[in-house]
Amino acid sequence: MTIGSVPLKFKVSVDAEQCMLCERCIENCPYGVFRREGDQLRINSRQCVACHRCVAMCPRDAISIEERPMDYRSHPLWTPEVREAIYNQARTGRIILSGMGNALPYPVIFDSLVLDACQVTNPSIDPLREPMEMRTYIGKKPSRLEFVSHNGDVDLVTQLVPNLQLETPIMIGHMSYGAISLNAQKSLARAVTASGTFMGTGEGGLHQDLYPYQDHMIVQVASGRFGVDINYLERGAAIEIKIGQGAKPGIGGHLPGEKVCADVSCTRMIPLGSDAISPAPHHDIYSIEDLKQLVRSLKEATEWKKPVFVKIAAVHNSAAIAAGIARSAADAVVIDGFRGGTGAAPRVFRDHVGIPVEAAIASVDAKLRSQGIRNEVSLIASGGIRESADIAKIIALGADAVYIGTAALVAMGCRVCGTCYKGLCPWGIATQREDLVARLDPEVASKNVENLIHAWTLELSELMGAAGINSIESLRGNRDRLRGYLLDESILKVLDVKPVGA
Amino acid sequence: MSGNTVHIDAKGMHYTPLNQAVRKAVAEGAGEVILENVLGQRFIADGLKGNVHLVIHGVPGGDLCMFMSGPTCTVYGNCEHAPGNTMDAGKIVIHGSAGDAVAHSMRGGKIFVRDNIGYRGGIHMKEYQEKRPVLVVGGYARAFLGEYMAGGTILVLGLDSPQAVGERGVGSGIHGGEIILRGDIDDLLLGVGARKTPLDEHEKTRIEPLIREFCDHFGRDPEPLYRDRYVRITPSSSRPFANKYTWE
Repeated sequence: MTIGSVPLKFKVSVDAEQCMLCERCIENCPYGVFRREGDQLRINSRQCVACHRCVAMCPRDAISIEERPMDYRSHPLWTPEVREAIYNQARTGRIILSGMGNALPYPVIFDSLVLDACQVTNPSIDPLREPMEMRTYIGKKPSRLEFVSHNGDVDLVTQLVPNLQLETPIMIGHMSYGAISLNAQKSLARAVTASGTFMGTGEGGLHQDLYPYQDHMIVQVASGRFGVDINYLERGAAIEIKIGQGAKPGIGGHLPGEKVCADVSCTRMIPLGSDAISPAPHHDIYSIEDLKQLVRSLKEATEWKKPVFVKIAAVHNSAAIAAGIARSAADAVVIDGFRGGTGAAPRVFRDHVGIPVEAAIASVDAKLRSQGIRNEVSLIASGGIRESADIAKIIALGADAVYIGTAALVAMGCRVCGTCYKGLCPWGIATQREDLVARLDPEVASKNVENLIHAWTLELSELMGAAGINSIESLRGNRDRLRGYLLDESILKVLDVKPVGA
Repeated sequence: MSGNTVHIDAKGMHYTPLNQAVRKAVAEGAGEVILENVLGQRFIADGLKGNVHLVIHGVPGGDLCMFMSGPTCTVYGNCEHAPGNTMDAGKIVIHGSAGDAVAHSMRGGKIFVRDNIGYRGGIHMKEYQEKRPVLVVGGYARAFLGEYMAGGTILVLGLDSPQAVGERGVGSGIHGGEIILRGDIDDLLLGVGARKTPLDEHEKTRIEPLIREFCDHFGRDPEPLYRDRYVRITPSSSRPFANKYTWE
């Protein structure tokens, strides 16, 4: 079969009147879109991924990028993406890799939920002058507290287990060293430390440059056990067992050997250039009982000083699984929705497997409440959190806190071009190429991420104040502050939310 | 190792106080800690560090010496599943058999099992720089031996057994390290990405110290084992799945 060339995805053009041939576009584009021939700039638009690095760096604003100037004959079913995927697979016989989050236009439940606000009879709270309690604690809580009183004083008898103290319910999710650069991890680490919150290491181990921030790091144990030893476990503020990931439920991870440079190999503790394969299951977990054993082994290894989280992808039976996890001695359940980002995943998984985090969190919260154990375990939502309103809504649906991922990368400069898997990120984020990594200044990027967390926290307190709530923990599971706008009855039932007007 | 010997009676003890007692003994400078009456306690020596010899009488439960980094552990009895799970350094000597997933993700140190092991032995074993984990099994290993293996050495001697391994999926997804079997194995039992070659005389000299160490631990004569034939199972590629994907 002969497969012809597919149309350009993007058309790059340069205004010759404006261009002064400074060649910054050539220097900045790792995809090789630009080259100079004599006094002319030549452009290979086919290489463009619309990362916008050239646009951002052009001192004359001479470059413009248009999406898909030439299209296929239109068809509602056989879209260009569908046809190009077929061409690609007919040519190669391989699985298509993709990056970032789900790229199909599923309706977003967040956008069909509206928050409530107070008027007249139930006064709102002014966050400008009233204290708003944004602090929350992630970890196991006792089902009941016992006290003894003596000589008019009261002592707590119940032994409390370690929790993470968050100054904002916003954490940064797990993006490994390997998937993202060390400068990107440093930027995130500085930001969470300054913000009084936490970030995940991903399954790439903990680079020694991050040791100063270890009190704000959640170390991850995935099926590949990369970088996992007793020192790593002891360094983390908490430990997270990764069972699944929203972008690719049911499959493992695979960092290609090209990305396993000397420093990544050192941190992951694997040979240079070898594939880092995380199998789909943990080979010591085939049941909730086995999971319980891994949770307890991690606690035992760290002398019960670290909270242990378990992360699963949002799938249709998340509620039952989460109920099992809650009984496994885990301190928190992380639910990663199907809009979660990734450095690399088979496109078919990223776009078609899993369920939205909104529905998963609501059903998990309901299940845990029905079993009387919701108060004993924390619930963290991730996968597609784009703004502070999403955070308010997901907390009202039952989450204690959120992980953000892509949003933090965007704060550092990411343009969501979706080609992280190529390892050529021109912004120095999803790459290990030294010259590209050097483009990301951790001083600047960390401040941007810190600003984002601060801004969202302020917005969250304003939203809460408007709803007459002055504590993040009073918003948790508070579905009365939500209404569904043009959601069908079955979704409203899953969410346990009333429709607008009710 | 130096220091005192500490005896701990594990009868009826939960694993947490048992481990606390072991850690306390190690912190106080014990050179040898002897656990008596062990009966199914999991996670013994979990995350244990230091230069100490832990002697276990009885049957330890799952995940013995998980995340361990340094000590030596001798078990006079069988072991449940996954001894040496994600172990970093040290040695485990088992005078008996062990369950499934022995040496799971083990990154350093050695494990010697006198008799048999269960399914998925040495699964995801990996190596890094000077750390090359070793698993030596005296008897028989069940299916999926060395699955997803990324480094280190597994040696199965098949003593008192018709063969070292007679089940499928050996080296399934292997992308590093080597599995060495005394005798031979049917090609049909090899997993995806595994290839078999005879162990030549030069390569055989590499395993002689392991055979000697095994025999020293369990009182066997190494000479007949030196003379036997072995096969070596290695990855057909260090990047077995590199050709599985295309870019979007």
